[in-house]
Amino acid sequence: MSEEKKKNLIDKIWDFFASVKLAIILFALIATTSIVGTVLEQRADPTRNIQILNRLFGESLGSSIFSILDKLGFTDMYHSWWFISLLVLFAINLIICSLERLPRALNIIKEPLSPLTEERIKRLQIVRTISLKGNLETSRELINNALKTSGFNWNEVKEEKGYQYYSQKGKYSRLGVYFTHLSILIILIGVILGISLGFTGFINLPEGAATSVIITNNEKEIPLGFSIRCDNFDVEFYGRSDMPKEYRSWLTIFKNGKAVKRKAIVVNDPLTYEGITFYQASFGTLPNNLNNGIFIFRVISKDGIKSDLKLRLGDSFQIPSSTLEGKIIDFSPALRIDQQGRPFTYTNQMYNPAVYINFYESGKLKFGGWILRRYPETWLLPEGHRVEFHDYWGVEYTGLQVRKDPGVWVVYLGCIIMSIGLFIAFFISHRRIWIKVSEDKNNTTVIIGGTTNKNKTAFEEKIDKLVSKIVQKREGGR
Amino acid sequence: MDSSFFFGLSTMAYIFAMITYITYLAFRKNQIGIMATTITIIGFVSQTLAIILRWNEFAELSGMGFLRSAPFTNLYESLVFFVWCLILGYLIIEFKFKNRSFGAFITPIAGLALAFIDISGVSKEIQPLVPALKSNWLLAHVTMSFISYAAFSLSFSTGLMYLILTTSKRNEFSYVFWTITLSIFLVILIAMGIDFLTFKVMVKPDIFIKSYLFKSTFLNQTVAVRIISWLSCLIIILLTWRYGYVLKTIIEKFNLTPEILDEITYKSIAIGFPIFTLGGLIFGAIWADQAWGKYWSWDPKETWSLITWFIYAFYLHGRMLRGWRGKKVAIVAVIGFTAVMFTYLGVNLLLSGLHSYGSQ
Repeated sequence: MSEEKKKNLIDKIWDFFASVKLAIILFALIATTSIVGTVLEQRADPTRNIQILNRLFGESLGSSIFSILDKLGFTDMYHSWWFISLLVLFAINLIICSLERLPRALNIIKEPLSPLTEERIKRLQIVRTISLKGNLETSRELINNALKTSGFNWNEVKEEKGYQYYSQKGKYSRLGVYFTHLSILIILIGVILGISLGFTGFINLPEGAATSVIITNNEKEIPLGFSIRCDNFDVEFYGRSDMPKEYRSWLTIFKNGKAVKRKAIVVNDPLTYEGITFYQASFGTLPNNLNNGIFIFRVISKDGIKSDLKLRLGDSFQIPSSTLEGKIIDFSPALRIDQQGRPFTYTNQMYNPAVYINFYESGKLKFGGWILRRYPETWLLPEGHRVEFHDYWGVEYTGLQVRKDPGVWVVYLGCIIMSIGLFIAFFISHRRIWIKVSEDKNNTTVIIGGTTNKNKTAFEEKIDKLVSKIVQKREGGR
Repeated sequence: MDSSFFFGLSTMAYIFAMITYITYLAFRKNQIGIMATTITIIGFVSQTLAIILRWNEFAELSGMGFLRSAPFTNLYESLVFFVWCLILGYLIIEFKFKNRSFGAFITPIAGLALAFIDISGVSKEIQPLVPALKSNWLLAHVTMSFISYAAFSLSFSTGLMYLILTTSKRNEFSYVFWTITLSIFLVILIAMGIDFLTFKVMVKPDIFIKSYLFKSTFLNQTVAVRIISWLSCLIIILLTWRYGYVLKTIIEKFNLTPEILDEITYKSIAIGFPIFTLGGLIFGAIWADQAWGKYWSWDPKETWSLITWFIYAFYLHGRMLRGWRGKKVAIVAVIGFTAVMFTYLGVNLLLSGLHSYGSQ
């Protein structure tokens, strides 16, 4: 008795998950809650979302609606227990619905094709009838020739009054939809693998600094097992604008004290080491460190003698083979000239680094001025010497997105299977065709019948082509 | 001659084509039909040339090589490419189904979209690329997304025509549905037109639409204007509902049977859906993985494209599994396209997120 009850319960659960109604409800729930999630900013500062809600519902309701939505988890809804449960239910629903229908598809595939009676052929999706003059044997040759180039592998049986040809193509295309469903599950498995075995985090790494631990988005500290150092960071701008064209970090990985990997990364070209990937995400300036950086100059005297220098604010240096001495007086991370012609610093980000240098000859000030990194024409001194301003090192940091995701290849595998599955499901059809040839008083009647599970018009065209081939062959033979 | 000359030529051609197609519907002379097709093809060819020229200009300017310089990186360029895909799709349908009447529905959309680009004041300049867009995936991801958008908009217009053609009773759900949908599209267009007139013409020339969208109507500072806007919105909906059947008598002249419309709707979705899945979702995920370190981050654009994907998946399952035909699925096709429009334009204009390239 208990066994019967148990079975009933399982049956009930099975039926519950196999219902299309459930699929529709889940689909509607996922879609509508997702829409709420796109309107509210996820994992954002509460004030931003209260602002959005105030605009939508008015000042009086905004904050109370916010506190309700916040309690329900809508401010981080894609990671909330109920959204994940919806996705899991959706996956189960998908599996059960597919399993429910798979046997039927497999039966159609397994079932061998057999000849049909005339009545049944005439009731198929596409039917064409031709009558040819001449007896069976002459017509048969014509038909055989036409069939040879049709792309089908024909079966042939002898019948009472003639012959029947039948064939099918693309029967496995009926599995395309199941591949697509399977791929969704594989992708979900990949996602779960990534969440449970991987992590994502973020680091701001100043030039010259190294780290061997990462703080993840869940505020956990994870040791990398190696250390990573930012050797240098640089931004390239479009023309003279402040719009970044490319930003690049030169990174070095150290393992057991030895440098094992070096790479300059840009957006769209990350660095991966031991399964952990570092993506160029953002950059910025360390405001407290602004005056402690190192100027990297290449000084070239007018007779071409070069000297590479690393200097700090307040340092002095000699122009090679001359008596001219430079002293670094001031630095601005972003220099601009105002309307009265006075220079000023417009931001503390390194958008237009400039250094003020005074030049002395035997202790007397000769000239001084701003040298701008992005404007090489300011590098030339009045006497033909050049001070090339290459970098101000040690005051910028690079923002790196750090990720370990062992599931990503499973996700990609799922994507590949999905592409193949969709291609099969949409562009390959299962076509079946029967041709009955029978003799009737020195005339031959040919009945062609076909069925297809999709794209009927294309198959119709194909059959019509076959018909015209048979008719033409006959006329040509006359 | 540069790209803008050919862009102008194609806009004019599409507007002429629209007039010719409508004349063709009125007089049903075959010569007029051939003329309409010829003008459309001229517009299409010059638009193709314009895109290639702009591509080349972009490649020369950025120095990044041809493959990475696909001109599909801002709202203006994407709208142009969208129109191009739409016309291509239409021409294919015209030759396959040998029916020109449909052109009277599509060429106005193309002409309107191009005219919208002209008046909305979206920047037409070639803009420098932000570092995230410098990738070989740009070409594949964006072209395939827009091909699918165009396929979906074809399915929208045939789906809508299907509903118009098969409903007549004013209390029927399908009738109420299509009149409301159509009037909301209309209201949004009118509101954007008013925005344009008040902000673009009268105030100042170089602000982006995002900053003034609906500010002169639904989001206006004065309460009275807001109330009038909502009221007129309601009136437009009611009028469309009341006199919607007039459209039916027009479409009946098109020589289009509901069966053909149903089939075109299905075929466009059957082509759009796999392309959208591969190019929009999968290629997008791979690119996001490379650029942002996350193949899926629930960014509003990603979420909305997933919603769109769900709706069309629903359409396909309804049609395949349950054998739904006609009104039911036509409604789903129309809803699907509103999701497409939101994914394409709404997200960029109304929401914020990582995918904010198209808002300028």
